[in-house]
Amino acid sequence: MQRFFSARSILGYAVKTRRRSFSSRSSSLLFDDTQLQFKESVSKFAQDNIAPHAERIDKTNSFPKDVNLWKLMGEFNLHGITAPEEYGGLGLGYLYHCIAMEEISRASGSVALSYGAHSNLCINQLVRNGTAAQKEKYLPKLISGEHVGALAMSEPNAGSDVVGMKCKAEKVDGGYILNGNKMWCTNGPSAETLVVYAKTDTKAGSKGITAFIIEKGMTGFSTAQKLDKLGMRGSDTCELVFENCFVPEENILDKEGKGVYVLMSGLDLERLVLAAGPLGIMQACLDNVLPYIRQREQFGRPVGEFQFIQGKVADMYTALQSSRSYVYSVARDCDNGKVDPKDCAGTILCAAERATQVALQAIQCLGGNGYINEYATGRLLRDAKLYEIGAGTSEIRRIVIGRELFKEE
Amino acid sequence: MPFLFDESSSPSFRSRNQNCLLLHLFCCSRPMKILVAVKRVVDYAVKIRVKPDKTGVETQNVKMSMNPFCEIALEEALRIKEAGFAKEVIAVSIGPSQCVDTLRTGLAMGADRGIHVETNSIFLPLTIAKILKSLADVENPGLIFLGKQAIDDDCNQTGQMVAALLGWPQATFASKVVLDKDKNVATVDREVDGGLETLNVDLPAVITTDLRLNQPRYASLPNIMKAKSKPIKKMTVQDLKVDIKSDIEILEVTEPPKRKSGVMVSSVDELIDKLKNEAHVV
Repeated sequence: MQRFFSARSILGYAVKTRRRSFSSRSSSLLFDDTQLQFKESVSKFAQDNIAPHAERIDKTNSFPKDVNLWKLMGEFNLHGITAPEEYGGLGLGYLYHCIAMEEISRASGSVALSYGAHSNLCINQLVRNGTAAQKEKYLPKLISGEHVGALAMSEPNAGSDVVGMKCKAEKVDGGYILNGNKMWCTNGPSAETLVVYAKTDTKAGSKGITAFIIEKGMTGFSTAQKLDKLGMRGSDTCELVFENCFVPEENILDKEGKGVYVLMSGLDLERLVLAAGPLGIMQACLDNVLPYIRQREQFGRPVGEFQFIQGKVADMYTALQSSRSYVYSVARDCDNGKVDPKDCAGTILCAAERATQVALQAIQCLGGNGYINEYATGRLLRDAKLYEIGAGTSEIRRIVIGRELFKEE
Repeated sequence: MPFLFDESSSPSFRSRNQNCLLLHLFCCSRPMKILVAVKRVVDYAVKIRVKPDKTGVETQNVKMSMNPFCEIALEEALRIKEAGFAKEVIAVSIGPSQCVDTLRTGLAMGADRGIHVETNSIFLPLTIAKILKSLADVENPGLIFLGKQAIDDDCNQTGQMVAALLGWPQATFASKVVLDKDKNVATVDREVDGGLETLNVDLPAVITTDLRLNQPRYASLPNIMKAKSKPIKKMTVQDLKVDIKSDIEILEVTEPPKRKSGVMVSSVDELIDKLKNEAHVV
């Protein structure tokens, strides 16, 4: 059966102005041939199908209406990269997931963030912690893109102090009644399946947290207004409201009271996969800056000939390459079963802070034009900043790493 | 049925026709194989630079890809297989060790196996055609697909030469291919200078593909992973007993002269003078 995405006319290619720059040649030491092919394929898909919508997604603060990006990505087998093949996944590891995340982020930061929340925060948590029945029920539609997934742990009064969450789950006959609010939930407005953490025992601290699978339409579960964000616009984020929401017994993820392990171990892998997001943004910065400095002339020469600009571009490049090496090495380790929370936090700490700086420099390289919203650089900066905050702020990441180093013998 | 025995023809012609008959029967009775030649070339989007020693174009650290017309050829072969007319699509590439990457792309698109004829020499179309003929003698495909030309040399010769060496019919610049399984005939629309020409070619045949024949598929992610386990057979020109001596020697490769800016002329006389004495076109 043929699967065709957008038209690929070779003539069209020859005529269209180059959107892709070849500075994306990452070290062949990072990837083997199959991984390079995988990266090339996702890159083509993302540039053809996602990148053209990026600007409009940012301007309108919503995904395109004329094309269903979720379904498109599902048809390209992007959602279930780490899910078993029996549910429609690819049965691959975090390295491949990071490759896909980077290339989608390069096309559009907002789409990548929503994609990351859907494919890693929701789908991967179900893969890692779900029972066979739960996986059978929820994974196929999530992996095909028919349903959108989300995860909610933070609350209006519990961000960094996530264990201090107040959302309550009272045990009743046949299940639990949930009451409370969740905040900054990516994909919240459109998700059909959500992983939600709540306190089954408010006196037990972290050991009182349980993870639940919530379905859209459950009585007592509603979403409040879409949040108006600085960046990542279009990646719908909202507040979740639980008012006496009944959740059946079989919707517990893992066991009652074991939620904190689901949460914390999930966070490690979430940080790793999301760390590929800022990598894509840094690459997009280079994609925008390099053609510009080759063609923009001042004082009779391309501005790319001037030392200051070359210095900036060199710094951007090395920031990207070094972050990339870190992220993919840690991804390899995780695929080999060696998950180190310090390194998982380290990858996103490193990549995110660098991405913000790279985006600032990208704006600077474009000068006055960098300040105009017609150019992508402004959006790249606004999108990059999110990664210093979401999935644990940079401060929390530093505490995770520093505390561990202090404790280790 | 093709005209097989012409009393006035030479023995070699007759024996070639006998081979054709055998192949013809062979193809009628068994589902056929399709051989697709794919070339590794400098990517279409790369800005070409000539090497300082003028022996050729810079290919070190330059992005290489499958020739776009070869992608179209492979896509057509895959569609024919999916329609049930062929049982196997074999991708073949001739060149250095990196050609394996090009073959892997072909396998990821859906080809069943690959053949890599490894060589570090630059071969011109006639040598490539001889190699492909040797492979066709071994594999006995019902169809050989090639791109109409490669974007690095624009020769537009290999397909035609392969057909001549094999004594097979050829349909070049194909913009539409329709197979008749029962009659063992391909009806091909060709894009020619005067418009569109429709040919019926008996199989086995050589078809070269033009731009508008199809749009090649993306290599899907599951297929990329499956391609890892598909076999690529390594061969050498010695294995195929091909004479690689070339009658053509590349003397020099230079960039075309830089385009000069236009000149405003003051009168028709001046224009004619320039056309005659500077541009030498009248």
